[in-house]
Amino acid sequence: MLLAGGATALAAGTPESEFNPAGPVAALQLSYIELSFWIMAGIFIVVAGVLVFTVIRFRERRGQEKEVPPQVEGNTLLEIVWTIVPILLLAILGVVTVSGSFALADLAPPSKAVVVDVVGHQYWFAYQYTNLGVTTANELHIPVGEKIDLELQSADVMHAWWVPRLGGKIDSVPGRTNYMWIEASKPGIYTGQCAEFCGTGHADMRIVVDAQSPAQFNAWLNAMKHPASVPTSGLAKQGYTDFATAGCDACHSITGTNYTVGVIGPNLTGLANRPMIAGNILPNTPANLAAWLHNPPGVKPGALMPNLHLSPGKIKALVAYLESLK
Amino acid sequence: MAAISKPEAQPHVVEPYEAGKGLWSWLNVVDHKRIAHLYFMASGLFFLTGGSEALLMRIQLFHPNNHFVSAETFNQLFTMHGTTMIFLAVMPLFIAFFNAVVPLMIGARDVAYPRLNALSFWLFLAGGLFLNSSWFLGGAPDAGWFSYAPISTSLYNPGLGIDFYAIGLQIAGIGTLATGVNFLVTILNMRAPGMSLMRLPLFVWTVLVTSVLVILAFPALTVNLFFLMFDRIIGTQFFAVASGGQPLLWANLFWVFGHPEVYILVLPTFGIISEVVSTFSRKPLFGYSTMVLATVSIGFLSFMVWVHHMFTLGYGPWVNSIFALTTMMIAVPTGVKIFNWLATMWGGHIRFSVPMMWVVSFLVTFTIGGMSGVMLAMAPADLQFNDSYFVVAHFHYVMIGGSLFGILAGLYYWFPKITGRMLNETVGKVSFWLVNIGFNVTFFPMHFLGLIGMPRRIYTYAPGLGFTTWNEVATTGAFILGTGFAILVANVIVSLASGPKAVADPWDARTLEWGLPSPVAPYNFSHIPLVRGRDPLWVEKTHGDGRIPAAPGVHEHAPDGTVHMPQPTALPLLMAACITALGYALLYRNLYVAIVAGAVAVYTMHRSMFSPDPGEYMRIAPELETMALEGGAH
Amino acid sequence: MADLAPSGHGAADASAPQSLDNSTLGFWIFLSAECILFASLIGTYILLHNQTNGGPSPQSIFDLRLTFIGTIALLASSFTMVIAYVHTLGGRYAAMRQWLVVTILLGLVFEVETAYEFKGFWDKGLTLQTSPFGSAFYTLVGFHAMHVLFGVFWITSLIFYSYKKTFSAESATKVGVMGLYWHFVDVVWIVIFSVVYLLGKAA
Repeated sequence: MLLAGGATALAAGTPESEFNPAGPVAALQLSYIELSFWIMAGIFIVVAGVLVFTVIRFRERRGQEKEVPPQVEGNTLLEIVWTIVPILLLAILGVVTVSGSFALADLAPPSKAVVVDVVGHQYWFAYQYTNLGVTTANELHIPVGEKIDLELQSADVMHAWWVPRLGGKIDSVPGRTNYMWIEASKPGIYTGQCAEFCGTGHADMRIVVDAQSPAQFNAWLNAMKHPASVPTSGLAKQGYTDFATAGCDACHSITGTNYTVGVIGPNLTGLANRPMIAGNILPNTPANLAAWLHNPPGVKPGALMPNLHLSPGKIKALVAYLESLK
Repeated sequence: MAAISKPEAQPHVVEPYEAGKGLWSWLNVVDHKRIAHLYFMASGLFFLTGGSEALLMRIQLFHPNNHFVSAETFNQLFTMHGTTMIFLAVMPLFIAFFNAVVPLMIGARDVAYPRLNALSFWLFLAGGLFLNSSWFLGGAPDAGWFSYAPISTSLYNPGLGIDFYAIGLQIAGIGTLATGVNFLVTILNMRAPGMSLMRLPLFVWTVLVTSVLVILAFPALTVNLFFLMFDRIIGTQFFAVASGGQPLLWANLFWVFGHPEVYILVLPTFGIISEVVSTFSRKPLFGYSTMVLATVSIGFLSFMVWVHHMFTLGYGPWVNSIFALTTMMIAVPTGVKIFNWLATMWGGHIRFSVPMMWVVSFLVTFTIGGMSGVMLAMAPADLQFNDSYFVVAHFHYVMIGGSLFGILAGLYYWFPKITGRMLNETVGKVSFWLVNIGFNVTFFPMHFLGLIGMPRRIYTYAPGLGFTTWNEVATTGAFILGTGFAILVANVIVSLASGPKAVADPWDARTLEWGLPSPVAPYNFSHIPLVRGRDPLWVEKTHGDGRIPAAPGVHEHAPDGTVHMPQPTALPLLMAACITALGYALLYRNLYVAIVAGAVAVYTMHRSMFSPDPGEYMRIAPELETMALEGGAH
Repeated sequence: MADLAPSGHGAADASAPQSLDNSTLGFWIFLSAECILFASLIGTYILLHNQTNGGPSPQSIFDLRLTFIGTIALLASSFTMVIAYVHTLGGRYAAMRQWLVVTILLGLVFEVETAYEFKGFWDKGLTLQTSPFGSAFYTLVGFHAMHVLFGVFWITSLIFYSYKKTFSAESATKVGVMGLYWHFVDVVWIVIFSVVYLLGKAA
């Protein structure tokens, strides 16, 4: 009954369900899950069936209390059969496993593909498109229908980039680079989150992938390289100046400005275009931005962005500036 | 022989009824059966602690974006829950059974090293209390039960939490290693005449293999914990990335220990199930030789699969494929065991007392756990499963549905022998159903949660992802499960105080311990027994007069009818206390206390090596056995 | 049908002498745990020995002449331990004690050499905290040196214990187990010397 209920819930298609793969990696993995599940289910049905039968048929009946059943010690043929059969079933899974492991390690040639350096931080992911000259954070844009090579690294502790509908995860281990590839078959927004415990903010370290047609992807790349110019009037201009005086530029960079040295915080180029903020836990609205700037660790426990005790006026100006980053 | 004038070296005669009276007798205990009582009580308490930690987590996860506990507290809860359940509850519960039953099953008077046995208990208790004292002394460890570097290093985890973890486990670990050596020597060297290795009850075989695993796996953890302690306390660079240290060193050493550890946590359950299924089906264990071979193979293979915990660490397709294949290999002997247990039941006359009910539910839940295990072994698929609730579901099915259900079968089975009283069958059945329903309602949905994207170790989750409903179901199940356990514990406590007195052989069983009174006399056997076959008591019931014969040619009674037993001593307690003091000294970086505590610990070790146990002489009371055996089998 | 073996056939008998007594068997088993311990330390050293973090490397800092002296002393001490054991079996306890004292002295030569070597490295800039190489080196060789030191205390205690009247009944076992420990520590040193020092200089 639980099984049926579960299946129904899954059929409804939750946003990150592995039963709704959006690319070849996730599809391959789902096929393995289904193959192993059905083979195991078959074994379980046999075991459960024999158990139920045995429990009913060989239950001690009234009057049998003093009787001793035949003291059978073994049956070599039977034992051989029930050793060989599982070996054969597992061999099927073994062959599939090996071929799948190699398929998933078959990255696209880097010179021809989109290669993204995914760097895990406490508690957000940075994305650097190494041969396309774009750096961003929290929201990964990819073109559909092609292999995307991911180079996984960490700036601090272990993390794991996981978007279930696109594929499984490989961990980001500090001091080494790991590799995996993903591919989205259809345009869409795919979400996930960090899947290797990394500290207080681990649960609040979420992932958004925007898979776009090649044309849209190029348009996005272009917008990132040539963002809106620095505001020249109003509150946004005030915010632009406050960005330096409040010390934001020590950690954050924005293309097209003088703020280019900050690398320990997310790159904020095009921030206004992102649907979510703060590691993708809050919708990107002026109110949420203001709350974040007011007290980041209060909004997201463990956040390493400190509470700078900004005045409400400063916050308003900064929000206006950030909302202009298109 | 004794020309020494020191008072403690003079032998004196002890009445068996006198042994073990008073609080002090619990502190200077060396009798393996009483040590078993201590293990049961302590691990029971730690089990309740771990269970409370679980319930707090389940409350927090009931709603998305819940604020019942903070993120920091939740991280401490899941760390302590896992560490407590594995090291302080399940493993010591098995050691309790080793102590209660193994010497009886092989016809011995005690284990090979009784004082070391006591030390093992005190170190386990000390390590567990040390670890749990962290809650009150500045915060519990919060990096998970496998505490990966670098999140566990002082750079990212200042404060004392991880120090409590490293030092506490180190203290408890010494005790466990000593237990492994103790029981391996006991089983190899102290079997009664006629008890060849291929006549050992299967439970004893599983203890033998488990002991080998303990001996070969724990030193890897010991070294790893030293590295972590050194990095944190004296600034070594084992795991420090900036200077070339290797976080993956921690992961590898941990899982080289950690995988055999989970087989340490399941092999004894296989042994218990084998004993119970055989007794309650009235048939010998089907395919005994195969079961022994399967046990040994599982032990051997358990050292060859550890990388399956690390498929996502980027070792590449060659490494992942090899370890996926070895992991699938280990499923074969495990599956064979399940079929052999079914075949034992087939054709028997099965009685469904509570122990057998636990066996039946074990067969279902452990098989499910095995199924998810094989699914996890497929490395490409594991890239999805890893670090999700699917893994949480898998290991709770094998740890609770496997290890713990076997422990509960053993508890109801051996309770009469250990305590002399029967557990209440009706209450037992009520708690059985509550635990089974609660367990499945809690953990089955977690398979789905993993498959729809919920990672593990998150203190909260967003609404709209489909996680909420299944979390609510799981939390509800957890409270049903908790209620079931509460009733079970109540059954134990009440039955200990006022349960009906047990006869020697309430189950019409097959192994040596059931030929002794319930509870067993301090000296175990009035005469070392002669073993005439596998299932030795059954052999005597079918080919003899139902009594265990004495082994001829064994001359160990003194002329006055007494037998030489180990003398109780508080030396092990003192040694454990010194090691604990040393632990706190390291924690608080106090060199002077550390040196003093260490010196006294070394002195106690010196005493135990160079002041041999003078022993004491205990009177045999054959009337105990006659009275019990006249009670007859039920 | 289960065979009904007559008494004592092909089985461990509680009163008959075991192939190995509890102490000796238990100690061999404990040594297998120690093997895993040292294997983990040696494996760690192999993994980390190239991570010098700008500090001294094995090549630059090891002086095999010094280490050789300590090695010879330790190897000789195993030999003198055997001589002491032969005297134990023969009941010649005075001779046994003399050779045990020689063993202690040779062990102490090893300890002093190791301490001197550590001090030299420390002064040249290789500390526990300098680099993963430093951490792994001092931990591995340090753990071994601690084992030697423990052995020296053990032999000393045994010498004092040998004056008791009960000694003759248990001498073979007690000296045998201690000898086992001492030889084990020596064999581990041979592995460490080869992997750490010889390969360190050659690489």
